[in-house]
Amino acid sequence: MDSMTFNRKHILGLEELTTEEITLVLDTAESMKEITERDIKKVPTLRGITVCNLFYEPSTRTRSSFEIAEKRLSADVLNFTLSHSSVVKGENLLDTARNLEAMGASIIVIRHPISGAPWLLAKELDSSIINAGDGSHEHPSQALLDLYTIRKIKGGIGGLKVAIVGDILHSRVARSNIWGLIKLGAEVRVVGPPTLIPTYVENVGVRTYYNLDEAMQGVDVVIMLRIQLERQNSEYFPSLREYSRFYGLTRERLQLADKNVTVMHPGPINRGVELSSDIADHAGSVILDQVSNGIAVRMAMFVLVASAGRGN
Amino acid sequence: MSILIREGRIIDPSQGIDRIGNVFVEEGIIKSYPSSTRRLEQNTDVRVIDARGKIVSPGFVDMHVHLREPGYEHKETIRTGCEAAAAGGFTSIVCMPNTSPVNDNASVTEYILLKARTEGVVNVFPIGAITKAQGGETLAQIGEMYDAGCVGVSDDGMPVMNSKVMRHAMEYVKAFNIPVISHAEDKNLSGKGVINEGEASTLLGLEGIPCASEDVMVSRDIMVAELTGSRLHVCHVSTEGAVRLIRAAKARGVNVTAEVTPHHFTLTDKSVKGYDTNAKMNPPLRGELDRDAVIEGLKDGTIDAIATDHAPHSEDEKKAEFDLAPFGIVGLETALPLSLRLVHDGVLTVNEMIGKLTDEPSRILNLRKGTLKLGAEADVVVFDANKNVTVNREEFRSKARNTPFHGWEILGAVLYTIVNGKVVFSA
Repeated sequence: MDSMTFNRKHILGLEELTTEEITLVLDTAESMKEITERDIKKVPTLRGITVCNLFYEPSTRTRSSFEIAEKRLSADVLNFTLSHSSVVKGENLLDTARNLEAMGASIIVIRHPISGAPWLLAKELDSSIINAGDGSHEHPSQALLDLYTIRKIKGGIGGLKVAIVGDILHSRVARSNIWGLIKLGAEVRVVGPPTLIPTYVENVGVRTYYNLDEAMQGVDVVIMLRIQLERQNSEYFPSLREYSRFYGLTRERLQLADKNVTVMHPGPINRGVELSSDIADHAGSVILDQVSNGIAVRMAMFVLVASAGRGN
Repeated sequence: MSILIREGRIIDPSQGIDRIGNVFVEEGIIKSYPSSTRRLEQNTDVRVIDARGKIVSPGFVDMHVHLREPGYEHKETIRTGCEAAAAGGFTSIVCMPNTSPVNDNASVTEYILLKARTEGVVNVFPIGAITKAQGGETLAQIGEMYDAGCVGVSDDGMPVMNSKVMRHAMEYVKAFNIPVISHAEDKNLSGKGVINEGEASTLLGLEGIPCASEDVMVSRDIMVAELTGSRLHVCHVSTEGAVRLIRAAKARGVNVTAEVTPHHFTLTDKSVKGYDTNAKMNPPLRGELDRDAVIEGLKDGTIDAIATDHAPHSEDEKKAEFDLAPFGIVGLETALPLSLRLVHDGVLTVNEMIGKLTDEPSRILNLRKGTLKLGAEADVVVFDANKNVTVNREEFRSKARNTPFHGWEILGAVLYTIVNGKVVFSA
């Protein structure tokens, strides 16, 4: 592991990471994975460093995963969870973050409902910023753990056919995965109702499908996105029932894919909507592997950011 | 005190003048174009401005400015807005009604004009609201505001969505011969959009405002203008579609005029990268195709005027999450060098550029400004079209600093701004 080649103070998104940097994170995660399998799952890498998890959206899963990663690296952890309404009503984001910095936080992990919020902190603060999901923009730790999981199962990413299915328009998981997968040489298909496919997405090198059966042909990996329940009964699609009929993954549809297809989902799953229940429990599903790999990948992100910080 | 502006290149599109000569200003008016200046120069009561190698033109007229007073004095006041205008070479500015309270009745109009007379260094012409509180439903006191000094009506930023209300507004203003000024946007189609819908919005995960949102409303407004035979002015044109629609309407003889902002003919939505809130405005910065189209529209006369949509906001307001930051940027102090880029790039002649900053906006609003005719109120600007400047927002006279052009090295500097025969700005 050569962590000296990572020169980034922040990890904000996969659009700005190079192929080499992404590979370095995945390789570093490999050594972190080894730590998480020991009896005593703790190393002193971040001893004396305060990490703050600043969450403006409820997200038990991502926050817990970050917190475990921080604790395994011996960081002092500060959790700061604010309600959705405090984004508009309460103290402004910069003031809150500056307060946390004044308390000694030198790495801030931020989850925010507005795209770009981590960039604002990176511009205005001294701390390292790790993006734990911003609006409809990027979710780098999720994409990195997806890439790690795919690489582990398939042995590599180059040349794989990957379908990302669902609400691409509002999905930060989709955007980060698209960047990561393309940079590592996969062929990416995005699938969903036309109302949920963003304009010009093909400019980044993906193919668009409105028909899931077509998109499933021969794919090696399917990433099913969570559908936000509030999108139904809006102008995006008529009902969950109809969504599920056209874009839900069923056993029949899975037959169209490569026989070793891997099914992924960032969670939490709406059983019976994106995935039929039997698929969620299907042997090919690696959804729980994704969760445990998430800890190793997040540890790797901290280790690299901290080493870059010291390098400066 | 009298002023002699010596040996400058006088360009006045309102009279078709472009020649080297002298301008003599006395008692607040353009007194003469003296061929010999020796006697005047010996007179110690005459201030002599050496304009050799410089351009002398009518003071610029900005038909789209937000002065924020009353109500939002932390962003800008009539005083600071006027100072910014003077520094930018503007001698007349036209202010939009979205203050608090909204300029939808004569008492607000009178307040603005009183403030402008007592604190402002340039001429201020208010625009009244089309509907009460810009609510889009009932007509504002248009006649009374006209009597108080309003030169047009607009619900800028809050477009009149109800076509019947728009129809009645366009009919009603015919009694006063003032235009309806339309911020053309279908608010439903724009949704919660914050930037242009395109590759940039997709990559940044920001909700987009499609070009169609502007085009749909420009078409409707043109049709209502045709129906009523009234005068329509389309604000800050930003799309290829809008340019095409206005061009066709003009060819049909519809009474429509249009303006474009310097930022829309200079930048594209690529500037939003990194979530720069100083690249957030409405209409949003568009794609390259659109930028090229508005430039073409300026060139062929489809777009009559250059107007800044000067929209000051405080630092705190702009230093926020992208969705929460307000729309708009300041423009008064960067308009000249940005417009001159079109001249240096060979898109417009300097005469055409000056026309779009003086005579054209003045004609659209019947201001009787933007001219150096003998006897006219002496509103004059002297500028150097080739001087290298670095835009420095810290030096702005405006209260606000929200510009995407900070640090730009461009050509063109205002040297003197004269309003009613008085020097109100000198570099």
